[in-house]
Amino acid sequence: MATVALKTVRKVYAGGMEAVKGIDLTVPDGALCVLVGPSGCGKSTLLRMIAGLEEISSGTIEIDGRVVNALEPAERDIAMVFQNYALYPHMSVYDNMAYGLRNRGTPKPEIERKVREAARMLELGSLLDRRPRQLSGGQRQRVAMGRAIVRDPKVFLFDEPLSNLDAKLRGQMRVEIRKLQRDLGVTSIYVTHDQLEAMTLADVLVVMNSGRIEQVGAPLDVYEEPATTFVASFIGAPPMNLLTPDHLSAVGAVLEGLLPADAVTVGIRPEDLGTVEAKSAEAGSAGLITFDVTIDVLEPVGAESYLYARVQDASVVVRLPGRAAVPETGKLKVAAPVDKLHFFDTHGKRVDPVPVAARRLG
Amino acid sequence: MPERTEAGTTSRSRRSPWVSHAVLIAGILIVVFPIYYTFVASTLSLQQILRPPLQLLPGSHFLDNYYEALFGGLGRVGGINVWTLLLNTSIVALSVAVGKIVISILSAYAIVFFRFPFRMTFFWVIFITLMLPVEVRILPTYKVMVDLGLIDTYTGLTLPLMASATATLLFRQFFMTIPGELLEAARVDGAGPWRFFFDFVLPLSKTNIAALFVILFIYGWTQYLWPLLVTNSNDMNTIIIALRKMISYADADTQWHLVMVTTIFAILPPVAVVVLMQRWFVKGLVETEK
Ligand SMILES: Nc1ncnc2c1ncn2[C@@H]1O[C@H](COP(=O)(O)OP(=O)(O)OP(=O)(O)O)[C@@H](O)[C@H]1O
Ligand SMILES: [Mg+2]
Repeated sequence: MATVALKTVRKVYAGGMEAVKGIDLTVPDGALCVLVGPSGCGKSTLLRMIAGLEEISSGTIEIDGRVVNALEPAERDIAMVFQNYALYPHMSVYDNMAYGLRNRGTPKPEIERKVREAARMLELGSLLDRRPRQLSGGQRQRVAMGRAIVRDPKVFLFDEPLSNLDAKLRGQMRVEIRKLQRDLGVTSIYVTHDQLEAMTLADVLVVMNSGRIEQVGAPLDVYEEPATTFVASFIGAPPMNLLTPDHLSAVGAVLEGLLPADAVTVGIRPEDLGTVEAKSAEAGSAGLITFDVTIDVLEPVGAESYLYARVQDASVVVRLPGRAAVPETGKLKVAAPVDKLHFFDTHGKRVDPVPVAARRLG
Repeated sequence: MPERTEAGTTSRSRRSPWVSHAVLIAGILIVVFPIYYTFVASTLSLQQILRPPLQLLPGSHFLDNYYEALFGGLGRVGGINVWTLLLNTSIVALSVAVGKIVISILSAYAIVFFRFPFRMTFFWVIFITLMLPVEVRILPTYKVMVDLGLIDTYTGLTLPLMASATATLLFRQFFMTIPGELLEAARVDGAGPWRFFFDFVLPLSKTNIAALFVILFIYGWTQYLWPLLVTNSNDMNTIIIALRKMISYADADTQWHLVMVTTIFAILPPVAVVVLMQRWFVKGLVETEK
């Protein structure tokens, strides 16, 4: 049990590459914090600095109130699950899990007890004598988890632990990791570039972009109120549609009185767009904006359909429930509830919408 | 594999296994015949060997010859018996093989897993020594050994042969294939440099070590030039040197039957090492663990 606190943490690699550009972050005790961001944004670097595998160029990292900057990984009381599992190929599953405990001088009976306990939790009981190469990908993943669990660490660190599994297994392991983390109540930091994983796992979601934090918050808060256009387009699949007011006006949207002063981008989630009938029921008193889109393709995926369309030179995705009864080509009038619009300024920062009272006046 | 050979042969001719076997057998006969004849000659008396025609079946002097070689003295080499020669050669071959492996695995470990100043310089220095075979540096080395008083010692026999750029490079190449994540996982599990070496690097390299041991043991066993230079007294001779000394220019002076016995003894240990270690490294090669 521990909080992890990062204070203006920076990382400059030997070549002068600044991979992490001053990060402040506090992960509360027992929380699962997910770092998400595009490839190369410095997630792994940050995680490896917390683990002690990468030197910290400046700033401090505290685990449970203790500055760990100068400590070896083993002294930080953390456990890490690696992307390629990094199981010890020449050791049995049992020894893989017991190795760290032996190095700490844990008494034999206690090692035995802890390993059996972890094996039971992860359903590895019958595999303890096998070598890693005799295991399936999912089983290896479990062994890697087991190796972390037996150590009873203050913090779990995960670096894209599921990216080598197939989609189905990934979903399964995701649920399992979530459950395990809740049961054990161990503070965890989890790196992924899969935004679905990020949304479903996180207590605290941290969206990173080129070495900086874009936004920190509960996953649904981040989803509902993205702080920047980057977060808006990164979280959510398909991503949020980002259009200029000019685009919208050109296809018939009436934005008068809705547009905050410095807004230069209007964001609309694909599911907030829809046919006029569907959306007018949803919008209630808030009102709608409506505009025409030119249909490109309709992609039915079962429970819903994605309509890929254009507004002048900008592309727009509309998420329609079920089998959408819309034409395959031509124009379609779509609508979005006014209170579901997002606004961003020239720097891509979120701008608060015009208050409802002011709207009526305008 | 079996399916493949079958498919490959049926399309051609049914006789082809016979043809390839015949070729193989002929090849083996050519290679084995001299060794077989050495054995035959080691069971004959000197007169039988010198008198034509060549006898192709073992004679009746097996016990006499082997007894004389093992427990008598071999005339030419100053009354030293085969035991002493075998002991000397074993010490040389084992020290060279073990020494080379220990030194090269440690230097490769340092070069691959540690960051220290001039790391690459050291690597290139080791690499460059590849271009200097023993023969090239033999005179300066000899001078050094004389100055250190190491002539006629086991140290003098083995030390200059121990440094090995080849083995260092082989280990380096292998270590570079050990995934970085493995090292990091071990660090998180509290393994320092020594622990990592003994718990990970050594067990993972055991097939490489086995293969190298075989090669280096034979290399040490068959050393000729260097032992010839640094040994003066007969009881420090290796078996290869002794063999050379036993052969005189005049045929009649040479005790061919004992030469043959000594040759058989010179062949056996390398064969034994190959046979014993082969099981080891073939097994290792099959179940590659990485
Ligand atoms: N050892 C290194 N030396 C120099 N630059 C590095 C080093 N490791 C990473 N970088 C750079 O630092 C940046 C961040 O890398 P990092 O591995 O943290 O990305 P990431 O967010 O984990 O990406 P991914 O999702 O692809 O794993 C990248 O631009 C990368 O090129
Ligand atoms: Mg990464």
